[in-house]
Amino acid sequence: MVPLSWYLALSAVLFTIGVVGVIIQRNVIVLFMCVELMLNAVNLTLVSFSRYLGDITGQLFVFIVMAVAAAEAAVGLAIIISLFRNRETLNVDEADLLKL
Amino acid sequence: MEFTHVLFLAFAALAVVAAFNIILQRNPIYCAIGLIVVLCALAGLFLTLHAQFIAAIQIIVYAGAIMVLFVFVIMLLNVREEESKTDRQKILKVIAVPLFLALLAEVFVVIRLVNNSPPAIASAADNTNPAASLGSVESIATAMFTTYVLPFEATSVLILMAIVGAMLLARKNSKDDFERIEQALTLENDETEQAMQADAEKSKEEVAA
Repeated sequence: MVPLSWYLALSAVLFTIGVVGVIIQRNVIVLFMCVELMLNAVNLTLVSFSRYLGDITGQLFVFIVMAVAAAEAAVGLAIIISLFRNRETLNVDEADLLKL
Repeated sequence: MEFTHVLFLAFAALAVVAAFNIILQRNPIYCAIGLIVVLCALAGLFLTLHAQFIAAIQIIVYAGAIMVLFVFVIMLLNVREEESKTDRQKILKVIAVPLFLALLAEVFVVIRLVNNSPPAIASAADNTNPAASLGSVESIATAMFTTYVLPFEATSVLILMAIVGAMLLARKNSKDDFERIEQALTLENDETEQAMQADAEKSKEEVAA
């Protein structure tokens, strides 16, 4: 059987890649995808702990995380569309209205 | 090396390569394809963890619904990939690499420190009866509609709010909408009036004839 730490390490690697993506990418849609990647890395952790502790709760958490991710995607993409209407760009550096 | 090890390594390699693809591509549609590959690889990993229901939901909801939404928005906005032009981005790239390595090193140190790697608790997952296993629909439903029924209901309220919020945010300027609706209505009224007048005239002619 695959040790628990392998799953945790993979999840950590995916989460780190997501963080780096948020730092280096400038396209707001891709930033959003990197956030989804981080959510999925956490999901993997939850499911593997659920398996190794023999407890179903982790999988329920994953279910609720997925529902939150769906809601987040809907609202976030609506924000992106209205941002594009106002600014004609998807570059996050251009959306700096609140900056002094 | 067991078969599950091979499966884990294959899916893990696929997921990591596709994740790098997401952060290194310029064109957002290739990033979306990378994310879909990551999601499918994670669904395979969920299967190796005896979480069949979560794996199916991962494919249906994530790779199906959410990614369709993403691809839809990418195609709707259809922006040519903007070349990197800001200097800030270069600075951030320089910062990102050591940050990445530091975070990874930290994670592996912690995992090594706590690496007791508890053997999987012999649970219902190892039962011969598949219906009683850990990740089955039955066991998830039992927990969801008894112990965790309140979070479940809260989730439905959350999704309702998300629907309303998304519609409110994504619609066009409401003033324009009202004007357009008003125009359409007046046009329709005119047309019906004209039609009624034409009918009346026709009937008059018929009477005269």
